[in-house]
Amino acid sequence: MWKISKEPGRTVSAERQIYLARRRRDRVLVRICQLSGVVVLFALWELLGRLGIIDTFIMSQPSRMLETLFHLRENQLLTHVGVTCLETLVGFSLGFLLGNLLATLLWWSDFLSRVAAPYLVVLNALPKIALGPVIIIWVGAGMQAIIVMALAISLIVTVLEMLNGFCSTDPELIKMVRTFGASKWQTFQTVVYPANLHTLFNSLKVNIGLSLVGVIAGEFLVSKAGLGYLIVYGGQVFQMDLVMTSVLILLVVAALLYWGVSLLERFVIRAVSHIHSRRGPEEPAPSGGNR
Amino acid sequence: MREIVRLENLDEIYQAENGEITALEGISFSVYEGELLGIVGPSGCGKSTLLSIVSGLVQPTHGTVWIGGEPVNGVSDKIGYMLQKDSLLEWRSIYRNVLLGLEIRGLVCEETVRYVDHLLTTYGLHDFRDKYPSQLSGGMRQRAALIRTLAVRPDLLLLDEAFSALDYQTRLAVTEDVCRILQQERVTTLMVTHDISEAISMCDRVVVLSARPGRIRQIHTLRFPTGDGQPLSPLERRSHENFKTYFNTIWKELDVHVEDQ
Repeated sequence: MWKISKEPGRTVSAERQIYLARRRRDRVLVRICQLSGVVVLFALWELLGRLGIIDTFIMSQPSRMLETLFHLRENQLLTHVGVTCLETLVGFSLGFLLGNLLATLLWWSDFLSRVAAPYLVVLNALPKIALGPVIIIWVGAGMQAIIVMALAISLIVTVLEMLNGFCSTDPELIKMVRTFGASKWQTFQTVVYPANLHTLFNSLKVNIGLSLVGVIAGEFLVSKAGLGYLIVYGGQVFQMDLVMTSVLILLVVAALLYWGVSLLERFVIRAVSHIHSRRGPEEPAPSGGNR
Repeated sequence: MREIVRLENLDEIYQAENGEITALEGISFSVYEGELLGIVGPSGCGKSTLLSIVSGLVQPTHGTVWIGGEPVNGVSDKIGYMLQKDSLLEWRSIYRNVLLGLEIRGLVCEETVRYVDHLLTTYGLHDFRDKYPSQLSGGMRQRAALIRTLAVRPDLLLLDEAFSALDYQTRLAVTEDVCRILQQERVTTLMVTHDISEAISMCDRVVVLSARPGRIRQIHTLRFPTGDGQPLSPLERRSHENFKTYFNTIWKELDVHVEDQ
C-alpha cells in the first residue's frame, strides 16, 4: 500500500496540486449546473406565463406561487406542514420498529421465514393504497388512518430488505462466533445486526420517502389538515397556485427528511466505528492498510 | 504424554437431495499435549469437516470425539477455532475484537483481561489495540485473530487453512509468527491445510488423508534436528534436507492427478 501524504508540513507536489484543483473545479461545475437547472426552469416558467404562451390558470406561475406562499402564512401553512411531518415520522418510526422486529423474527426461524415468503412477496406486490377504505373503516377516519397507511406502505419493504441483509451476513463471521459457543441471540447481537448497519440505513432512506407517499395518499382520502389535504383541496376548487405551492413545499419537506436520515446515518456510523467516516472525498477507500 | 483429543472411528455421511455422500470414513487418531498435528489431503477430502466435527459444530454420523476425556456434544468450550479468514469485526477496535470470545462466553474478568493484555503486549499488538481492523496489515490481522482465539485459553487450537487467504510472502512470515506464539504459549494444535510444505514446516506429526471418502493413509512423525535445544523454525525447516524427503513421500501418498474431464 502506498501512503497518502497528508501529514502537516509536508509539501504537496505540483502534480497533486493540479489534481486537487481539477477535482475542486469539477465539483464546483457540477453544483453550478445543478443550480442553474432550477433557475432556468423557474425563469422560463415565469417568462412563458407572462408572455401568455402557457395558461397560468392551469400551469400556475412562480410569482403566483410565491404570493400564495405568503398568503398561506396567514392560513396556517406551518400547521399543515407540521401535520404531514408528524404523520410521516410516526409512520416511519413504526415501520422501522415493526419491520426490524419482524425481520429479526423471520431470521430467527428459518421455518417461519420459508412459510412467510409467499405472503411477503404478494403483500409487497399489492398496491397498499387499495387498502385505504379498509383502513379508514377499521381504524377510523383521522390521523390514525393516515399513519397506518404510511406504515402499510413501508413495512413490508423494510421486512424484506432487512431480512435479506440479515441472511446475507458473511457466514464466516457467523461461524467464528459460533466456535466460541455463541447463542443465536449473541450471534445476532454481535455479528448479524452490526454487520447490517448499512442495510438498515439504506432501508431507512427508502422508507422515509415511502412513508411520505403513504401519508399523502392517506391525506388525499381522509384529512382536515396536511399538505395532501391542501393539494386535494386546491384541486377541487381549481386553485392551481395552491396545488403547485403545496407540491413545492412537499418537495422541500421530502428533501429535508431524507437529509435528516443521511445525517443520522453519518452520526451513528461515526459513533459506532470510524472506518467509514475516514473515507473522505479526497482519499480513496483504504484496503488492506499500510504494511 | 497426555492425550488431549481422541477421535474414535469417525464417519461422516452427508444427506443431499441426490443421494448420500460419504465424506469421512473410519477416522481415528489422537493429539497429545503440546503437539502440533497437521492434516493434509486432496481438496474435498473432508479435512475441514473433520475440524468442524472436533469442534462440535458438526455432529459425526458415527464415532466419538473425546477432548480431555469427555465426549464432545455441541460446541466445545475447550477448543479455539481459527478460520481461513481472520473474521475480525470491522466495527470493533482490535481490543474489543480480541475480547470477543471472552465476551461471548461470559468470561471477561480482571484475570482474563490481564491475560489478553499480556498477549497483546508480548505479540506487538498493544499499540494497535485502539485501531480498527482495516488499519492493520494482513499479517497483523491474523495475529489479532490468533490472540482472540488464544484469549479463551483453549485446550486445543484448531487451524482451518488459517493462512491460505494471505499472499505467499505474508503467509511465510505469519507461519513463522504463529509457530513462535504457539510454542511459547504451549498450545496443542490441530491444523488442516492443503499445502504440504506448510504442514511439514510447522507440524510435529502429519496425518495424510485420501481423496473422498477421506480415510487415513498414513501418519508421519516428522523428525528435524533441534539446534541448541530450540526446535527449527518453519523457514529453517524448509531449507533442511529432510524437508524434501518428507515432501516427496507425502506428495506420492496424496496421489494427485490432473484428470481429463
